[in-house]
Amino acid sequence: MPFSLHDLFLLLPEAFLLFAICAVLAVDLVIKPAQRDLTHWLSIAVLVATLVLVVGFPAEPGRGFSGMFVHDAVSRLLKVFILLVVLAVFVYARTYLRDRNLHVGEFYLLCLFATLGMMLLVSAGSLVMIYVGLELLTLSSYALVALNRDSPLSSEAAMKYFVLGALASGILLYGMSMIYGATGTLDLQKIHAVASLAAGSSHQTLLAFGLVFLVAGIGFKFGAAPFHMWLPDVYQGSPTAVTTFIGSAPKIAAFGMAWRLLDGALGGLHPHWGEMLAVLAVLSLAIGNVVAIAQTNLKRMLAYSTISHVGFLLLGLANGTPSGYAAAMFYAIAYAIMATAAFGSIQLLARAGFEAEEIDDFKGLNQRNPWYAFVVLLVMASLAGIPPLFGFFAKLMVLKAAIDAGMMWLAIAAIVFAIVGAFYYLRVIKVMYFDPPVQKGALALPQDIPLRWILSINGAALLFLGLFFGPLLGWCYRAMGAG
Amino acid sequence: MSFELILFYLFSFVLLIAALGVITVKNSVHAALLLVLTFFTAAALWLLLQAEFLAVALVLVYVGAVMVLFLFVVMMLDIKVEPLREGFVRYLPVGAVVALVMLVEMLGLIGLKAMSAQALPPDPAGASNTAWLGNALFTQFLLPFEVAAVILTVALVAAVVLTLRRRTGVKSQNPARQVAVKASERIRIVKMESVSKGGTP
Repeated sequence: MPFSLHDLFLLLPEAFLLFAICAVLAVDLVIKPAQRDLTHWLSIAVLVATLVLVVGFPAEPGRGFSGMFVHDAVSRLLKVFILLVVLAVFVYARTYLRDRNLHVGEFYLLCLFATLGMMLLVSAGSLVMIYVGLELLTLSSYALVALNRDSPLSSEAAMKYFVLGALASGILLYGMSMIYGATGTLDLQKIHAVASLAAGSSHQTLLAFGLVFLVAGIGFKFGAAPFHMWLPDVYQGSPTAVTTFIGSAPKIAAFGMAWRLLDGALGGLHPHWGEMLAVLAVLSLAIGNVVAIAQTNLKRMLAYSTISHVGFLLLGLANGTPSGYAAAMFYAIAYAIMATAAFGSIQLLARAGFEAEEIDDFKGLNQRNPWYAFVVLLVMASLAGIPPLFGFFAKLMVLKAAIDAGMMWLAIAAIVFAIVGAFYYLRVIKVMYFDPPVQKGALALPQDIPLRWILSINGAALLFLGLFFGPLLGWCYRAMGAG
Repeated sequence: MSFELILFYLFSFVLLIAALGVITVKNSVHAALLLVLTFFTAAALWLLLQAEFLAVALVLVYVGAVMVLFLFVVMMLDIKVEPLREGFVRYLPVGAVVALVMLVEMLGLIGLKAMSAQALPPDPAGASNTAWLGNALFTQFLLPFEVAAVILTVALVAAVVLTLRRRTGVKSQNPARQVAVKASERIRIVKMESVSKGGTP
C-alpha cells in the first residue's frame, strides 16, 4: 500500500493551504484593483485557518507518503512560528505597498506559496522533499524581490539573488547526489542508519565530500559568511515589505532544513560538520558585526546584522547536542520575530515617496513620536542582546549550550563580536533620542490602524517573551527531546 | 573491446566536443545548435544505459521543445556576445588553474576506484523502465511530484507579475464589448431641418 488516508490526514494543513491559495488566486483574478484589500484580508484569513489546523492538529507524530513527509513536534513548532511571522508581515505590508503602487495580489500569493514551501521544507523526510520545498520557497522569493520592476536597484538585487540562489541550489543538489551515491537512498532516516554504519569505509570519504557541498548550500541559503555576498544587496534592493518577508520566516525554515539534513540524515558525521559550522559561525559573526558598523543605510545595516545573527544560530547547531539544537531553534524564532519588528518599523515611518531606510531618517524620533521611538528602542536593544529582552535570552541559551558542549573559544568569540555589534544598534538608539530631528513636527502616522497596532504588539512581544521566555524555551527543549 | 564500449566512447567524445563548442563559439545561434547536439548525444548515452524512457523524454522535451524555443529567443533578441566575452582570454588561466586544482582534489579525495562502474541489477519483474518510472512517480514519489506541479504554478504566477504591463493609451480591441454592441451605439440618426436652397429650378 503506497499511501493511505492517514497520509493525507498528516498533510492536512499543507493541503488546506494549497487549496486556499488556489482559491485566493481565483478571487484575485476577478476583483478590481481598487478592491485589492479583499485579497489582503483573505490571505490573512487563510494563514489564520492554517494556523488553527497546525495547532489543533490531532494527528499523532508520524511519517507519511513513503517517509517523504514527517510530522513531529519540531515541524509543528516551526510551522506555528512561520505562520505567525508571515501573518505579521502581511499586516505590515499593506500600506507600504499601496503607497508605491505595488499593492498587487501576487505579493500575497507568492508569499503564501513560499509559506507552503517553508512548511514542506521543515517537514521534509527525504532529500527530494528538501529540494522541492526549498525551490518552492526560493522561486517565490526571486519573484518577490523583483516585484518593483521599474526600480533598477530592485532588478539588480533580483538578478543577483537569482544567479547566486541557482548556484547554491546546484551546489546543494551536487552534495545530495554524492550522498545518494554513497548511501543508495534518499530517505533521511535510512541515510542516517547507513551513514552511521559507514564509518571508516570508502563510503565515508564520499559522504564527507557530499557533506561539504551540503554545508556550502546551507550556508548560502542562510546567508552565512563567506556565502553572504547576496544578502546586503537583496535586502537593500527589494521593497521593504519584501525584505521583511525574506528576512524573517525563511530563517526559521532554513533552520529546519539544516537540522533535518545535518542531524536527521548525517548525525553520524557530526565531527566533520560541527567544525565546518563553527568556522562559518565565527566568520559570520566577525564579518556581519564589523561591516555593519560602516553602514549608513538601515536596511543594509540590518542585512549585515542578519549575517551576525546567523553566526549565532550556527553556533547552536554546531554543538550537535539536543540542547544545542533547541537553543538554535529558540534563536531562529527569536530572530525572525525581531527582524519582522525591525523592518516593520521602517515600513511604519515610510510614506509615499519617502523610504525612511537611512539611519538619519530616524533622527530625533523621540521628539516626534515618543511611543514608536520606544518601540524601535526595544527592537534595537533586543537585537543587540540587552536584558531583559527576547534577544538576550536567545543569545544566552546558545552560549550556554556552546559552553556545556565544551566549545569555550567559540563562545568567547561570540561574546566579543556581540559586544562589537552592540555599537551599531546603540547608534540607532542614540540617533533617535539625542539628535535633533531633521523634519519638524509630530510624526505623520499612516491611517492604517492594524499597521500601527502590529508594530506595538511586535515590540511588546519582544519584552514579554524576554520576561517570560520559559514556556517557549521549554517547548523548544521538549520538541528536540532535550528534557 | 565490445561494440557497446566503442559506441560509448564515440558518443562521449561527440558530447564533450559539442559541450565545449557551446561555450566557445562566437555565434550564439551556433551555440544553441551545439547544445541541441549535446542533448542528443546525452540521450544516446542514456539509451546505452537502457534508460530508454529518459532518453526519449530528453529528445522530446529538451531538443524538441525547450531548445527550439531557445533558438527563437536567441534569433529574436539578436544578442551580441562579443562584449560579454571580453575578459575570457584574460581570466582563462585563472579559471583553468582553479578547475585543475578542483579536479585533482576531487580525484584525490574520492579516488578512481570508488567510481568504478557496477552493472545495475536487472529488474526481476522485467518491466520496462517507463512502467517503473510511472509507478514510482505516482506511489513513492507522489508528494514531491505534486509539489513540483506547485512550483510550476509559482513560475507561471511569477512570469505574469514580472512581465504583464497594462499600458494606458494603447489602441486595442475589447471583443466582449464588441460583441455586446447595440444597434443604437452603431448609428446615430441626426434629424436635420430640410433647407431649401431657394432659387434653384
